[in-house]
Amino acid sequence: MAIVASAKLSRANGLVQKIAINRNKETWRRIAVAAPYLWLFVFFLAPFAIIFKISLADPIIAQPPFTPSFDEAGRLTTTFSNYSFLLTDKLYAITYLRSVLMALATTLLCLLLGFPMAYGIARSNSSTRAVLLMLIVLPFWISFLLRVYAWMGLLNNNGVINNLLLWIGVIEQPIPMMYTDFATSIGLMYSYLPFMILPLYASLERMDMDLIEAAQDLGASRTKAFWDITWPLARPGVIAGCLLVFIPAMGEYVIPYLLGGPESLFIGRVLFDEFFINRDWPLASAVAIILLVLLVFPIVLLQRYQARNQEAGS
Amino acid sequence: MKQQSRFILSILSFGYAFLYIPLASVVFFSFNASNLATVWGGFSTRWYGELFRNDQVLEALFLSVRIALTSATLATILGTMAGLVLARFGRFKGRTLFSGMITSPMVMPEVITGLSLLLLFITLQQITGWPGQRGFSTITIAHTTFSMAYVAVIVQSRLVSMDESLEEAAMDLGGRPLRVVFDITLPLIAPAMIAGWLLAFTLSLDDLVIASFVSGPGSTTLPMLIFSKVKLGVSPDINALASLIIVTVGLGVVLAWLFGRRRSSKAQ
Repeated sequence: MAIVASAKLSRANGLVQKIAINRNKETWRRIAVAAPYLWLFVFFLAPFAIIFKISLADPIIAQPPFTPSFDEAGRLTTTFSNYSFLLTDKLYAITYLRSVLMALATTLLCLLLGFPMAYGIARSNSSTRAVLLMLIVLPFWISFLLRVYAWMGLLNNNGVINNLLLWIGVIEQPIPMMYTDFATSIGLMYSYLPFMILPLYASLERMDMDLIEAAQDLGASRTKAFWDITWPLARPGVIAGCLLVFIPAMGEYVIPYLLGGPESLFIGRVLFDEFFINRDWPLASAVAIILLVLLVFPIVLLQRYQARNQEAGS
Repeated sequence: MKQQSRFILSILSFGYAFLYIPLASVVFFSFNASNLATVWGGFSTRWYGELFRNDQVLEALFLSVRIALTSATLATILGTMAGLVLARFGRFKGRTLFSGMITSPMVMPEVITGLSLLLLFITLQQITGWPGQRGFSTITIAHTTFSMAYVAVIVQSRLVSMDESLEEAAMDLGGRPLRVVFDITLPLIAPAMIAGWLLAFTLSLDDLVIASFVSGPGSTTLPMLIFSKVKLGVSPDINALASLIIVTVGLGVVLAWLFGRRRSSKAQ
């Protein structure tokens, strides 16, 4: 009798303990979710509402340099004039278009160089592969600004490439390369190439090479084997890589500034200049909002692919 | 091993040359005696000497390192939590928004992030009076925000590839959740946390655009100082500074890689 009672008691004790642990666990779970959630909400999401609010104001000479959303009488003073200006002014339309085209060209160039590189890395034996991968990741750790700076030294009229060509005697006059779209594209491609190679490598590495051999044994040509087997399997990596290059390249500031020269129209630069040089905060905010609208779709797409890749990986 | 085709081999050599020749050229010309940055005038280390006598550079470096140390630590704490949540908590209310807020800062153009944070700080200052002066604290917050995303992704992928049964077993044996996290989970993800911290540290040390937006008068980080000089063109003292950074970082990465490889081959 006593034994049964004490067994029951200890079971009840265990249950109580378990409930307490569960409740404790629940608290810690909440904290683990809340801390990063709150941080990102305040410092990442909420500011977009502020940008939007300021994009509806008029610039004035004051501190801060824009009109408040309500006047003294409490009436709403918002205006869409910044947006209608941006959408009707030809210069801004051209700048947006040029940024999209340059970002697309960069993405394509990175894909053309990055795909065979990722393929080669995925196909090499494991010790070479580790070294090759490390060499792809290494530039990530070196200052972005300095990597762009390195190209300034190469592309100048008085730079390494021109001096070398002059010395060999291939050219008699230095080729103007600096401060051109060519220089900007090289800089963009150079900076974003690793972003393309890594996801491509991740999807190519999972691929079973025997599939291609089998296809070729069965009489498929190399091209056919590539398009029927390699490409579909690599596609998640291709899409992730392209988006990882395209999205940040769209808003690039440093590269067009340093390599593209003063005339280079790039939306990131326009935003920076409107804000810091013209001190037109409302217009800069409207520029940012339109850029954001252009990028929402690619960002959502990237996220879906990453979620899917993660599920496939586990 | 299968034979690589000649096409692939030549693309690989071209690709790696493309990635490394510019860096090598900067290091090479940093030992140039000439005042002209890219015309060879004999070997010299004078630009390195001048660098160490430049107070402006040292001051900016000191500020950058302080920001990087603080923001990397904060980002590792918050990012680890976020990684845990994403990998272990299954579905919960608001998860889509959560994972969206984690991945977006990584691809968001820097001008947008910078502008949005500056406008936030100015609005906060109007309402609460904080931050009275922009500088160390505002740059640290900005850097924490975008680098915690990288930490979260690294920690998450480590957790996803890891067996959950160890943690479950510890729980079943009556381990308190916090004990389980500290005794089991954290040691297992420590390598990912270290990698995340290092990445956050370098990202902070490298950032120019966001810091330019959210810094105030008197706080110039090293990239801001370099940019203001680089705007005027290539110069030999920047070559020396760049070479120091390139060589230090490069050696660090290679050593860390060799160390990691030795450890993993021992584990096998």
